[in-house]
Amino acid sequence: MDHLLEIQNLEVKFRLRSGEVTAINDVSFFLDQGERVGLVGESGAGKSVTGFAIIKLISKPGFISGGKVLFEGRDIAGLSIEEVRNIRGNRISMIFQDPMMTLNPVLSIGTQMTETILAHKNVSKAEAQAIALDKLKKVHIPSPEKRLDQYPHEFSGGMRQRIVIAIALLTDPAVIIADEPTTALDVTIQAEIMDLLSELCESEKMALILITHDLGVVSQVTDRIIVMYAGRIVEQGLTRDVVSNPRHPYTKGLIAALPESQQRGKALSQIPGTMPSLTDMPQGCSFHPRCELVMPICKEKVPELIELDNKNALVACHALAKGGAS
Amino acid sequence: MFAFVIRRIIQSLFVILVIGFIGFAIKHQIGDPVRDLVGISVSKAERDALREELGLNDPFMSQYVRFMKNAVRGDLGMSFFYKKPTLKVIVKKAPATLELVFVSSLIIIFLSIPAGVYAAIRPRSWLTRFIMGASIVGVSIPVFLTAILLIYVFSVELGWLPSYGRGATVSLWGWETGLLTIDGWKHLILPSIALSSIMLPLFIRLIRSEMMEVLQSEYVKYAWAKGLAPRRVYFVHAFKNTLLPVITVGGVQLGILIAYTILTETVFQWQGMGFMFLEAVERSDTTLLVAYMMVVGVVFVAVNTMVDIIYGLVNPTVRIAGRK
Repeated sequence: MDHLLEIQNLEVKFRLRSGEVTAINDVSFFLDQGERVGLVGESGAGKSVTGFAIIKLISKPGFISGGKVLFEGRDIAGLSIEEVRNIRGNRISMIFQDPMMTLNPVLSIGTQMTETILAHKNVSKAEAQAIALDKLKKVHIPSPEKRLDQYPHEFSGGMRQRIVIAIALLTDPAVIIADEPTTALDVTIQAEIMDLLSELCESEKMALILITHDLGVVSQVTDRIIVMYAGRIVEQGLTRDVVSNPRHPYTKGLIAALPESQQRGKALSQIPGTMPSLTDMPQGCSFHPRCELVMPICKEKVPELIELDNKNALVACHALAKGGAS
Repeated sequence: MFAFVIRRIIQSLFVILVIGFIGFAIKHQIGDPVRDLVGISVSKAERDALREELGLNDPFMSQYVRFMKNAVRGDLGMSFFYKKPTLKVIVKKAPATLELVFVSSLIIIFLSIPAGVYAAIRPRSWLTRFIMGASIVGVSIPVFLTAILLIYVFSVELGWLPSYGRGATVSLWGWETGLLTIDGWKHLILPSIALSSIMLPLFIRLIRSEMMEVLQSEYVKYAWAKGLAPRRVYFVHAFKNTLLPVITVGGVQLGILIAYTILTETVFQWQGMGFMFLEAVERSDTTLLVAYMMVVGVVFVAVNTMVDIIYGLVNPTVRIAGRK
């Protein structure tokens, strides 16, 4: 069966003065209609780059150097920029990390909303305004009629993120890519925004790719989890399985490091070391310098993603491939 | 918005007061009004009597207050050379300078915006390299040299354009304008190019660097992610934000342009305020010098106030601050 969005062997490189470095390596995953998938990992794991690659919007000097992004039967990576523009903000919407920075400070909320509709739909200005009002109501913004003439600085951070979500809804997209949508917000607001987002995905039948480093958020909202490390997928599976029974040593480390899973009075557990930089990738499995289960083969060969007990659970680890420790 | 404008106007009045103080201090120290009024044959006793009568022995502050009171009424003293009120002399010279500055500003605005925006959007194209290279050359050559080069090429060698003066002017409600005759325009071309030769490259570079910074911002990336057309992203999302710092700097630069006319007007024998100023320096016409300073100061403040008000119109954050 065809998936709504299918990423095949995606590779993204950055052209630096010292040569090309690979930021995303052999990333493949899919997304079905109305499904919610979490993309997790540390900063620099390549989650955001993957998200932007889906709408072919990678900042220079980065570029997609291989693989396919199949969306509704077409390969976005191979489309012309005009064709991609018809998909961006229309069929696939994005929500950025910091609502303080995403909205243009000199344009009114109304302008920033209607321009998106007018760019994609053949409607009059008045109709566009009506759509904007309707979406503002959907994200529970009080007295939306007044809001259209206001400017971003007149709103709080949480309100702005609601507006960004409303903008994402304007064209009734099939997919929303949310890149750390709550990271820049107050803890109390984070839960509200997350609830709103998952509620809307449900009611509007939209698929969601949630990019975050916060496992807690992912486990509340998503159906499946994709764990990334140093530009590669290391584990993939149903959210409840991965959270309750992580397989890859990296995922185990992440879950063990959650404050919720700690015992009172003990020091917080953490994964030793830091993620390698793109210019200085270790040979073999890029996680091996930090791994407890490291074996000689880990330093030589990159482990492949293999199926474990069912087709939804994939893991890239030599130690698990041998059927050994799990 | 209204309160914001009022506050800006009050602030500028204060600045004018300070300019008046400095102007008066110069006049008080250097000028001798008695010399302006009488000939060599007048005796010392008569001079002292006149001095007392004119209130020149009064304390500094009370003289300053009198000076400002007269200034408000439009009386900035008599020019010793022209034997006429200084303000009248300046007002007669002002149209020439203002028209020159006006045309130069038009050149700057209409060339720097497209050039700067283009250079920011296509940083690697050969045209950008040419614009940026030429702008360095433009900034580096002093105005008077540019002016002389222009005269040499277009007046002496090619003989296309006149080399000095304003040409035929028409009086329009007392304003001697050269903008309504073809001859006047011909005379305007070279001086206005010379005058804009420093500011134009500066503006191109300023607009380019501001625009490039804005293009890196999150909200521009977001605008792309919304699937907007490039024209809309560049000219609505990016350009409006680029304008804010450019307007601020631009206002100050426009004032400096008036000061730069001194050089341009001298080379082209342009009968404007700058030329008059240089003549006044040679004749030590202190009253006229101080009057010129006051007038230019007021123009400078007025331009800056207007720029601030325009800034408020473009930037909603300032507008709100004024609303409170």
